[in-house]
Amino acid sequence: MTKKAHDTPLLDELKSGPWPSFVEGLERLANDGDTPHARMMTDLLGQLEHSYEERRGFWKGGTVSVFGYGGGVIPRFSEVAEDYPESSEFHTLRIIPPAGLHYSTKLLRDMCDIWEEHGSGLIALHGQSGDIMFQGCTSDNVQPAFDALNKIGLDMGGAGPALRTSMNCVGHARCEQSCYDEVRTHRMIINGLLDEMHRPALPYKFKFKFSGCPNDCVNAIHRADMAVIGTWRDDMQVDQEKVKEHVAKAGRKQMIDTVIAMCPTRALSLNDDDTLDIDNKSCVRCMHCINVMPKALSPGKDRGVTILMGGKRSLKIGDQMGTVIHPFLKLETDEDYEKLFEFTEECIDFFAENALEHERIGETIDRIGLANFLDALDVPVDPNMVNHPRTSSYVRTDDWDVEAAKWFEHKQATTK
Amino acid sequence: MNNAEMPRRPDEHGVPDPFPYMHPTLKANYGNWAWHDRPRPGVLHHMSHSGEEIWTVRAGTQRQMDVGTIRKLCELADKFADGFMRFTTRSNAEFMCTSADKTGPLIEGLNDAGFPVGGTGNSVSMISHTQGWLHCDIPGTDASGVVKSLMDELHHEFTHEEMPNRVRMTTSCCQINCGGQGDIAINVQYVKPPRINHDLVANVCERPAVVARCPVAAIRPAMVNGKPSLEVDEKKCICCGACYPPCPPMQINGPDSTRLAIWVGGKHSNARSKPTFHKLVAANLPNNAPRWPEVADIVKRILYAYKEDGQAWERLGEWIERIGWSRFFEMTDLAFTKHQIDDWRGARKSLNASAHLHF
Repeated sequence: MTKKAHDTPLLDELKSGPWPSFVEGLERLANDGDTPHARMMTDLLGQLEHSYEERRGFWKGGTVSVFGYGGGVIPRFSEVAEDYPESSEFHTLRIIPPAGLHYSTKLLRDMCDIWEEHGSGLIALHGQSGDIMFQGCTSDNVQPAFDALNKIGLDMGGAGPALRTSMNCVGHARCEQSCYDEVRTHRMIINGLLDEMHRPALPYKFKFKFSGCPNDCVNAIHRADMAVIGTWRDDMQVDQEKVKEHVAKAGRKQMIDTVIAMCPTRALSLNDDDTLDIDNKSCVRCMHCINVMPKALSPGKDRGVTILMGGKRSLKIGDQMGTVIHPFLKLETDEDYEKLFEFTEECIDFFAENALEHERIGETIDRIGLANFLDALDVPVDPNMVNHPRTSSYVRTDDWDVEAAKWFEHKQATTK
Repeated sequence: MNNAEMPRRPDEHGVPDPFPYMHPTLKANYGNWAWHDRPRPGVLHHMSHSGEEIWTVRAGTQRQMDVGTIRKLCELADKFADGFMRFTTRSNAEFMCTSADKTGPLIEGLNDAGFPVGGTGNSVSMISHTQGWLHCDIPGTDASGVVKSLMDELHHEFTHEEMPNRVRMTTSCCQINCGGQGDIAINVQYVKPPRINHDLVANVCERPAVVARCPVAAIRPAMVNGKPSLEVDEKKCICCGACYPPCPPMQINGPDSTRLAIWVGGKHSNARSKPTFHKLVAANLPNNAPRWPEVADIVKRILYAYKEDGQAWERLGEWIERIGWSRFFEMTDLAFTKHQIDDWRGARKSLNASAHLHF
């Protein structure tokens, strides 16, 4: 027998209006005949309406997992199960999507079929870390649902104190501004460290994010413990004829207002013949002029990545952005990739051994000081790591000459 | 246990290789794109060095999708985009078409099915958001509902490119701020300290871990009614809710304890200025489900002041940097209160140590 629907006058108000309504979707599932997912979603709608009335949530956590893995399932048990028994267990499976969030319709349909059979039929594309969130599963169905998803090539994502699911921008697949192979880098790092995701044993979460250029479309600097951002070292590429076309179309005033005057380091100047004079040594690779004139300007050819570390949200010491750890790493040969991977392994090892419980790597770096972190990982200091040198005089400098010698030695080694 | 009863061992695939799931033109031109333009709002046109072209149509979704919605998207992808699609980080669906001719009928198909086309360039894109009452264990509000209500109001700004620059909004259901930073962020702000069920604390909570979790050291162990429990110095408590996840008997949610706050000027991109965090401009708005009209009113006030006064390519935070905070509060008719003067670590950097003033 089809389960009787709860009255949901508050949620019903979210069915009108031009934006797609998630409530309509929940109702479609609840009205899907006499099926387990319809019964589950009927009570889910009842509990959600109750939340809208009481203005609080009614879920608590617990422990649910699949065989072989220690994480990836977000258990949700209802605190009001007596009123909404069919949705008393409403767990989420975090599943890793193909890098770059590409799907064939076959894969999407397979996911739908599996989730209709074993779960609620509700899928969030995607969570803030980058997981496919299969929302709404009973404890008993978690294992069969995962088995079915695993058989079509999908795997469990991260949760708890572990390596988390990552994200890369569209990048190489459809963007001319992409400065490195995001898919290869993303898969090399996450798949190389997969044990840290599936068997949580870190002090707290660790997130990577991969953006192909400094536009940072996946918000890596804000969100990731390690942000990998594409950039270039040589001169940006310029097609002066296209610059002239842009000026002719947009007009000189607009060119000066929106390109020349907006360069953050005053590295641009408009020549009398409407070509662009670029001071590449002063350019900070912010991307603005390239964004305005994508046909005329593009990143240089000597490309690689900048690594920033320590980005995180509020808990516990307040929001932090990542800061520069490696200003530039070339990412071209297999050896370059191996070097980057070795560095990420060292970082994870350092985090595992030195962070306090529930401490993010940015908080660890804050606690011990960036200089000590760099020392531990054998990363040479670089002025690109700071906005400016220290202004506080409270510092011991008795080994200054030793440190200065290191600087000149490093400089000589890298400019050879 | 014999082998027949052993559960299946997982195949540890990790991150799936995306190439089998990638549109063939994207795959063939991987790393070889030359430039792009935007023929109309919601459509991107990319040109490869190989001479191949691709037209991408972007459409807004509700993120929390039932299988019916996903199958509808699949139907359109099969018909117009060779059986492939992708999603943006803001839950927009993208369909790649091999000719410009397909974009018109695809847009029509999307609109007929209720998916708005837009979110490109200087538009207001979909609001990135968190789980809320639907699934989170510590939610102060329902992000999906807040987002649905706001996107209904901002539909025109999603489908048109009329803003000075792109607008990236976020919502978060608590102060942990999982929704992230945004040009405009709508986040729950708790206004009451946790209510403690002293009967349960000793059995449910690892007390030292809870004490350590508090950002302002307001929690200390105590004996209450002869039972080991925890107490909160309510004068110190900043009502952040951080103690609730490790100790559910310290309930932070309740009908009177959640308000919404609005923050502006967050920016992820490095374009022009360095990335920035959003700043608090309004708080104590009622958690007024199911439509949150007070929130929409203020968001629109901020958005339309920016639309009116921002210069081309200025992000919302950069606009305020130019006009100054005094004028921002004047133009939006919002209050500047003592609570907007930061007192967290590093706060001094946010104070004005100069004679640069806006009058």
